[in-house]
Amino acid sequence: MNKKVVVIGGGVAGMQTALTLSELGLTPVIIEKEASTGGKLCKWHKLFPTLTPASEVLDGLRRRVSEAGIEVMTGRTVGRITDSGVELEDGTALACDATAVCTGFDIFDATLKEEYGYGMYDNVFTTVDLEEMFNRGEVRMVNGEKPRRVAFLHCVGSRDEKVNQRHCSRVCCITGVKQAMEVKQMIPDAEVFNFYMDMRMFGPGYEEMYRQAQYEYNIQFIRGRISEASQTIDRRVQIKAEDTLVGRPLKMTVDMLVLIVGMKAGASNERLGGCCGVDLYPSGFVRPADQFLRNVCSGSERVFYAGTVSAPKNVGESINEGIAAAYKISRYLNR
Amino acid sequence: MDWGYSINQPRAVNLDKNDLGVAEKLLRRMPLLQACIGCGSCTATCTAGGFTSFNFRKVQTLVRRGEYQGAYEEMSKCMLCGKCRLACPRGINTRAVVMMIKKELAKQ
Repeated sequence: MNKKVVVIGGGVAGMQTALTLSELGLTPVIIEKEASTGGKLCKWHKLFPTLTPASEVLDGLRRRVSEAGIEVMTGRTVGRITDSGVELEDGTALACDATAVCTGFDIFDATLKEEYGYGMYDNVFTTVDLEEMFNRGEVRMVNGEKPRRVAFLHCVGSRDEKVNQRHCSRVCCITGVKQAMEVKQMIPDAEVFNFYMDMRMFGPGYEEMYRQAQYEYNIQFIRGRISEASQTIDRRVQIKAEDTLVGRPLKMTVDMLVLIVGMKAGASNERLGGCCGVDLYPSGFVRPADQFLRNVCSGSERVFYAGTVSAPKNVGESINEGIAAAYKISRYLNR
Repeated sequence: MDWGYSINQPRAVNLDKNDLGVAEKLLRRMPLLQACIGCGSCTATCTAGGFTSFNFRKVQTLVRRGEYQGAYEEMSKCMLCGKCRLACPRGINTRAVVMMIKKELAKQ
């Protein structure tokens, strides 16, 4: 038996799917559109809630993928899924016995929320920009100075009809808490404010981390969504919100505004959807065959899902789905 | 002469201008107050709040934002029964917060 499975996407879900497939005696091939595997995690510094370096998780997965001798095709993009395999964008057809779609998510484009001035004002950043600063080892304003007052805004591109993102991206709440704490670690005398609508601390250790951020790191959580930001004459950012817990408008000037951007359905979902049982939710994420018993299955018996292609998930959940999808694939191919 | 007109003061909590001295002193003495999640358990169970407009959750939040006006009078509505402390899911000694706020603001 040497059954071949094409794994579309070489992020954490794709790598784990391939690894488990390999352990189960199948032959996975990872197709990755970027020049290397790792997906979104490549740009991330540390992971919530343990502050584990992202590279630790990635290095482990990459090393095992390499040791298992799994074929990885980088710089190649899948154009569509067919009844016999996949077709790459350059027209190459790859035959396989099953396909695992692990194409992940896209990061919400913060420029669409024009009222926050991302890309227009000097000192408005996103959580992704901040991770890059953490990787460089320092958090700085555009003029090179240390920020003394930083505001984080939760739910940018999540729970927002105005940008057609009705869903909750789940992981951003805890990301905002984690990054606020990291800013305080790097700049202990900075004042840090998090503007939120709800704090959704769904994972183990998340609520505890939130409490630690409040109690030990003196981070101020203000319930209210920032309505608008504007640049001051000294290139700081003035923000307005309602402090909904006291029912009064609130305004303040900060050195940096960090937009906690959500997870949006991957652009490739649109392309891969509509054929071979790949059905999409209105949100653009793929719809599993069943939300309870067949979470990693599509409408086709030979196409499977793992990771954030089907919904926003954290790293651990994506890895678990990789294992689950590989097991389902093995059951299908050994039926 | 009263012409029957007036100018409203801005209602916004202005964190650029507010003096956070009392708030910071309060939080240094009672750091756990920062762990408040605004659930309102304190206010829901409040004996005084059942009969007056006293809202402990709101008043302590305003004090933490540097809005002290009227806070002493509001906190004086508290009867110190301590039910709020039993209800607080974050374990904050809310009754002590009432006393601390009153003590700090009485000096002003």
